[in-house]
Amino acid sequence: MKDEYLELDFRDLPDRKTGQTEGDSPLEQSLEGFSADRREFLKVVGGGILVLVSLGEGELLAQGRRGGGFGRQLPSDWNAFLRIGEDGRVSCFTGKIEMGQGVATSLAQMLADELNVPLENVDMVMGDTDLCPWDMGTFGSMSTRFFGPPLRAAAAEARAVLLQLAAEHLQTPAAELKAENGAISVKEHPEKKVSYAELTKGKRIERRLKEKAVLEEVSEFTIVGKPVLRRDALEKVTGKAQYAADVRLPGMLCAAILRPPAHGATLKSVDTSEAERLPGVRIVKEGDLVAVLHKHPDNAAEALGKVKAEFDRPQSDVDDKTIFDHLLKVAPEGKTVASGGDLKRGAELATGVVEATYLNSYVSHAPIEPHAALAKIEGEKATVWASTQNPFGARDEIARRLEISSTNVRVITPFVGGGFGGKTNNQQAVEAAVLAKAAGKPVQVVWTRAEEFFYDTFRPAAVVKIRSGVDGAGRIVLWDYHVYFAGERGCQQFYDVPNHATVSHGSGWTAGAGTHPFRTGPWRAPSNNTNSFARESQIDLLAAKAGADPVEFRLKNLTDERMIRVLKTAAEKFGWTPKKAPSGRGLGVACGTDSGTCVAWIAEVEVDKTSGVVEVKRVVCAQEMGLVINPEGARIQMEGCITMGLGYALAEEVHFKGGEVRDLHFGSYQIPRFSWLPKIETVLVDAKDSPPQGGGEPAIIGMGAVVANAVFDAAGARLLQLPMTPERIKEAMGKRG
Amino acid sequence: MEQAIQFTLNNKPVRIAADGERKLLWVLRYDLGLTGPKCGCGQGYCGACTVLVAGEAVRSCLMSLKDVAGREVVTIEGLARNGRLHPVQEAFMEHDAMQCGYCTPGMILEAVALLRKNPKPSREEILKSMDDNLCRCGAHTRIVAAIESVARSLSGGPTR
Ligand code: FES
Ligand code: FES
Repeated sequence: MKDEYLELDFRDLPDRKTGQTEGDSPLEQSLEGFSADRREFLKVVGGGILVLVSLGEGELLAQGRRGGGFGRQLPSDWNAFLRIGEDGRVSCFTGKIEMGQGVATSLAQMLADELNVPLENVDMVMGDTDLCPWDMGTFGSMSTRFFGPPLRAAAAEARAVLLQLAAEHLQTPAAELKAENGAISVKEHPEKKVSYAELTKGKRIERRLKEKAVLEEVSEFTIVGKPVLRRDALEKVTGKAQYAADVRLPGMLCAAILRPPAHGATLKSVDTSEAERLPGVRIVKEGDLVAVLHKHPDNAAEALGKVKAEFDRPQSDVDDKTIFDHLLKVAPEGKTVASGGDLKRGAELATGVVEATYLNSYVSHAPIEPHAALAKIEGEKATVWASTQNPFGARDEIARRLEISSTNVRVITPFVGGGFGGKTNNQQAVEAAVLAKAAGKPVQVVWTRAEEFFYDTFRPAAVVKIRSGVDGAGRIVLWDYHVYFAGERGCQQFYDVPNHATVSHGSGWTAGAGTHPFRTGPWRAPSNNTNSFARESQIDLLAAKAGADPVEFRLKNLTDERMIRVLKTAAEKFGWTPKKAPSGRGLGVACGTDSGTCVAWIAEVEVDKTSGVVEVKRVVCAQEMGLVINPEGARIQMEGCITMGLGYALAEEVHFKGGEVRDLHFGSYQIPRFSWLPKIETVLVDAKDSPPQGGGEPAIIGMGAVVANAVFDAAGARLLQLPMTPERIKEAMGKRG
Repeated sequence: MEQAIQFTLNNKPVRIAADGERKLLWVLRYDLGLTGPKCGCGQGYCGACTVLVAGEAVRSCLMSLKDVAGREVVTIEGLARNGRLHPVQEAFMEHDAMQCGYCTPGMILEAVALLRKNPKPSREEILKSMDDNLCRCGAHTRIVAAIESVARSLSGGPTR
């Protein structure tokens, strides 16, 4: 199995055609520069006002960088699209998808404010590759940060068009008009008024926006910044919300697919004769893909149980214990990510030097919704409903596999039941398409929990080695940091250290063959959980070495104003009183930064010294993320991050032997449960005047360190490996001395 | 072996000819056209498939069809009555007690069954009885708050 979970190959995309030259008007009303299919599409969307926006090159580059280097070539064409229909309703067409992070709500909030319409009048059309402009995918806390600004610009442009139309209609200069509640009125004579619907009726106006439009002042926003409830809540509490596995087509069949016992195993022989005899069963063999089809998935699975198969298994001894030595052995030369001063000088200045090696295991995404897809093939055209974080990536993968053009594949993304990075792997969508083609009927593929664990693109196991030192005044003077296979995100320390070097060996998940025994991939805040665990644990070791309180030690070594502010906020909210660790209180602190957002955590734990079981009792988390579009949504994401982070901190770890994954169900792979729930307190640090930053991931990155530091404070035991299982805690307590 | 099985589904009688050993979840989803009960594991570990059988929360991925014969089954689709949401559904909305929403039907039905048995559960009791319902998005804090608010209203106190 080759490493191919992120099929974001921009080489498949049409060339960039900006259709704009210097000095052109920022608005262009022609459709020149669009590919033929796009032009066709624009004709079918209907009347009203259409605004198309291209993201600036800088923003796209930043997206590519932030996403972990998959921005090889930039997409062309436009990236956001907005329509004010002839009924006055606002529709936003976006390739982003809703998987629980609340973008369907926050993007709609932004539009409603910019266009002065009630939130209910905004419709979001998401993740449909035939209707929505190309999009790289929904991950990396990027939706609001990068997609928000062009969308706001599109809305502002649409509003300008409306004002112009209203000026004609009302015979009043645009400057004397105001937009409110889906209508435009004369400021001095509010009774002179015309609704958006009246203005757009029978019209067909297209605008293409390249430069920044005049945006509404944040202070004029009435919806952004106010907590609003999720727009999808009613559908979700009544069971009406549709996920990919809920889509039904007449005549559809459900697939149960023959799977190898281990990664790297190849099919030697297969006997399907017994299964074939069962009523309603069809067998499809497409190369190595052997599937049993039936109109009921349970009957298909039962028949699959009657398929006899033999596999050749590769010899591989690496397991969850030996993996770290293996990784260090195969690690490539490092790449220096940051450096300054002179490490030798740092070592001379240091009165106390601490060296430590941090380990963390493979971790599964484990969304409760397994990968699902339903494919229908009609002639040359494939339509696939899929649970995916990157519908356009899925479309291109399906096209390649079926050997048809991407324009003949339509991927539709219903609600996604959690992704966390794992649903950038679209294998199930390709399988459904292949089987549908072979069967001549619509085919549904829904992975079992075992398949979900087996084919997951795990967060890579990784090693971090740090050598660092403090001087007699309690200042960090040396920081020598090497990370192996976690990746760069979050590896740069943000303390004020004069002599430092940060080196990354091997990337997060595009490591060469022979590195990992299975596929790995981006996992909520990729790289950063591993890097933050190591860094913030090490900072605590230095604080202990300096005999200082861990909060005061951090404040003393920080110069970043934003970080200082969030740390002080968290400490104040918690009611922190300074004491050197281990104080026996069970309190820990950590700081981190991700997606432009600064976060500080303080946790309180209790360690049962006989069993080694940790109970996290309270977590305070302060976050500064620039302008907050939906504060309630932001808090929900923070709570989610904190709760989810308890899993990799305390229990989550994939056990394996060679390519054989041993944890294949929720009985052995434990994710956080209600009984683990600490009291969670979140604080959003106000920063209205800076642009919105990412909110879906940052609050998870410090969870390993904050719990490890609190465990140290409680029991004097320093945990250098995640997860901190009871066995590891007891072992560390034994070593304490 | 096919047999005719009758039961009440969301307040309506149903009669189905099917193998009684098949699990209820698949029959609901693929024979009876409902999609509210979700499959998260099919093994009894996650609770996404939870439905009410005679008022008790059960894992429909483990329960055989024949075992619901003659009994009353309620799925998330049948929880609202006469166009009015159940108080637990309302509380989930008010408290934003979901993210991706995939665990939500199971969570709500588990909570309904809990409150039926114990209208005034303590926080500890809530955590304990919800413990086998998994949520990967980490909506737990708000789910607990939602259930607590219904418990308060059932005991006549303020709901928020
Ligand atoms: S699907 Fe029934 S318990 Fe998970
Ligand atoms: S809301 Fe996503 S699993 Fe619970």
